[in-house]
Amino acid sequence: MNDQLKRNHRSLASRLWLFAGGSFAFGFALVPLYDVLCDVTGYGNRSRLVEAAEVVEAPDENRSITVEFVSTAPTYGNWEFRPAVGSMQVQPGKLYEAHFEARNLRSQPIVAQAVPSITPFQATRYFQKTECFCFTPQAFAAEESRQFTVRFIVDPKLPANIDRVTLGYAMYDAKQGSG
Amino acid sequence: MSTVDTHAGHSDTHHHDHHGPEKGWRRWLLATNHKDIGTMYLLFSLTMFFVGGLMALVIRAELFQPGLQLVNPQFFNSMTTMHALVMIFGAVMPAFVGLANWMIPLQIGAPDMALPRMNNFSFWILPFSFTLLLSTLFVEGGAPASGWTLYPPLSLQTGNAFPLSIFAIHLMGASSIMGAINVIVTIMNMRAPGMTLLKMPLFAWTWLITAYLLIAVMPVLAGAVTMLLTDHYFGTSFFSAAGGGDPVMYQHIFWFFGHPEVYIMILPAFGVISEIIPTFARKRLFGYDAMVYATASIAFLSFIVWAHHMFTVGMPLAGQMFFMLATMLIAVPTGVKVFNWTATIYKGSLSFEPPMLFALAFVFLFTIGGFSGLMLAIVPADFQYHDTYFVVAHFHYVLVPGAVFALMAGVYYWLPKWTGHMYNMTLAKWHFWLSAIFVNVLFFPQHFLGLAGMPRRIPDYNTQFADWNMISSIGAFGFGLSQLLFAVVIFQAIRGGAKATDKVWDSAAPHGLEWTLSSPPPYHSFEVAPEVK
Repeated sequence: MNDQLKRNHRSLASRLWLFAGGSFAFGFALVPLYDVLCDVTGYGNRSRLVEAAEVVEAPDENRSITVEFVSTAPTYGNWEFRPAVGSMQVQPGKLYEAHFEARNLRSQPIVAQAVPSITPFQATRYFQKTECFCFTPQAFAAEESRQFTVRFIVDPKLPANIDRVTLGYAMYDAKQGSG
Repeated sequence: MSTVDTHAGHSDTHHHDHHGPEKGWRRWLLATNHKDIGTMYLLFSLTMFFVGGLMALVIRAELFQPGLQLVNPQFFNSMTTMHALVMIFGAVMPAFVGLANWMIPLQIGAPDMALPRMNNFSFWILPFSFTLLLSTLFVEGGAPASGWTLYPPLSLQTGNAFPLSIFAIHLMGASSIMGAINVIVTIMNMRAPGMTLLKMPLFAWTWLITAYLLIAVMPVLAGAVTMLLTDHYFGTSFFSAAGGGDPVMYQHIFWFFGHPEVYIMILPAFGVISEIIPTFARKRLFGYDAMVYATASIAFLSFIVWAHHMFTVGMPLAGQMFFMLATMLIAVPTGVKVFNWTATIYKGSLSFEPPMLFALAFVFLFTIGGFSGLMLAIVPADFQYHDTYFVVAHFHYVLVPGAVFALMAGVYYWLPKWTGHMYNMTLAKWHFWLSAIFVNVLFFPQHFLGLAGMPRRIPDYNTQFADWNMISSIGAFGFGLSQLLFAVVIFQAIRGGAKATDKVWDSAAPHGLEWTLSSPPPYHSFEVAPEVK
């Protein structure tokens, strides 16, 4: 094999290795490209997800709603679980925070899961929880006390005939079902 | 196509600074000769064909009847996963690389592959890679069982087999990339004087395009599985929603590799068929240029259709429309090819030697696989077909009577050239007829099962699917056992047999530089480049 041919081989082969390296890099570049494509086109509902995370406060000064808090006695285990306040006056379109007190009365650790419900039912889609202890299971050490937080905002589009909304929680032992 | 100067082929008598092959194991371990490496590739892939086939028979044995009889579901899933990985990366791809090693230098009049040491390396990686992959059958947690696509999060639950299989895939990828680079450099730099690109045999052409596909997408697969590895062990969240990643993104990256990959397995098959049909039709290939451009078009389109594998993940309508239409567009260049093969056969004086039988079966059965592919491309229909046996039937039609039949056709076409011996024609024809019948008994009923709703990758099924599954399993065992004949024919021809002439198929007078050499060709052929007019 003559030298010229060897040089040609080497140069073409190294360009092809570069191509292969570029392909490897392109595989990783697909990760940000995928995000960019979704953001630009709005595919995958990503923009809507981002909107849901942002809370835009637009308080309706002329309206006042009573929000009541109730807790249901745990159906399993031995619990203390009650709202910190029984009710509060809120303006639609404004972010509020409410607290619940919970205590595991048993001498064993336990994982709790709170399940919310809104009354009246028609108000459910207008009562938005931006943060809630009910989103994740809550682990308790033996006889541990905890304060839970829920942040919520009542949509100003809440029908005019509703002036009272009840947020209730039932507490369950999260591990009961799975044994 | 090239016109061959028959005097040029005898230039191989100048052996002044070369010796014959080394003796013993050194010849194979230290091989740099394209013929030796080609032989090793082909024998390796034949072995893997039987290993993967055995796994397929475990699957079909379990599915012979409803209920769980032979294996547990985890092992069943390992079998589907390993069968795919072994057949794709161990049987079909190395077999085509083996054919490329043997035939490309002979077809373009080059003395060897351009980068012989890298050639040696790219072959010898493979046994290590597959030892690694097959060893996962014996590790804690069992072999990978998440399907060959290795979708997270399921694939991240693989036990100790996980890193082993990922490294095995890395090695296979490295081997394929090296093989591809070698093919490109050989074709670009070492064609005989006068052999312009558009005079090149189609097998070399399809391989050139395939090699570019390999270099473009194998590294993407390497990247995707590397991301899986770092997600599992180094706390990254490429595909973990909890850390801001997206498991669907894996599917996008995987299929960006995966779709070109299926053309990597079929384009060289098109090349083989385009060599064989003209020979035994005793005509020139109809529409040579169109064949080249159709191959290039298919290669290009393969990059923009990947999401048709994942219509059901929840894609926007515009995306579904785009990927559906782009996919259907592939039918056009593929149709051009089928048309050209048919036009080559038309008014040809056909003879039905084993390579031609396999080639004709390829054209007919591959087209069936193409049609079911078109059905799957239709988005609303795909929602019904997705993840059913219809998909299994589709891709097995394009891969088994498609790629594998083309490989067998190629082996039967060139085996006398390689060994210098004619093989047992009767046995080869038995092999063909048994394969062609059983492959349809095996896969055709799977269309019905899929349309009736039987899901793939599940070891048990509703009793309504029992009859067709039993027939399919009978076909599987028939097909599997018939392949033993293939091995017998090959080993008989290696050991001896009637002397093959230079042209091998004398009555058909095949075209191409490989037929100007003796059978078997000298260890060092075309040391002085032949003149191509």
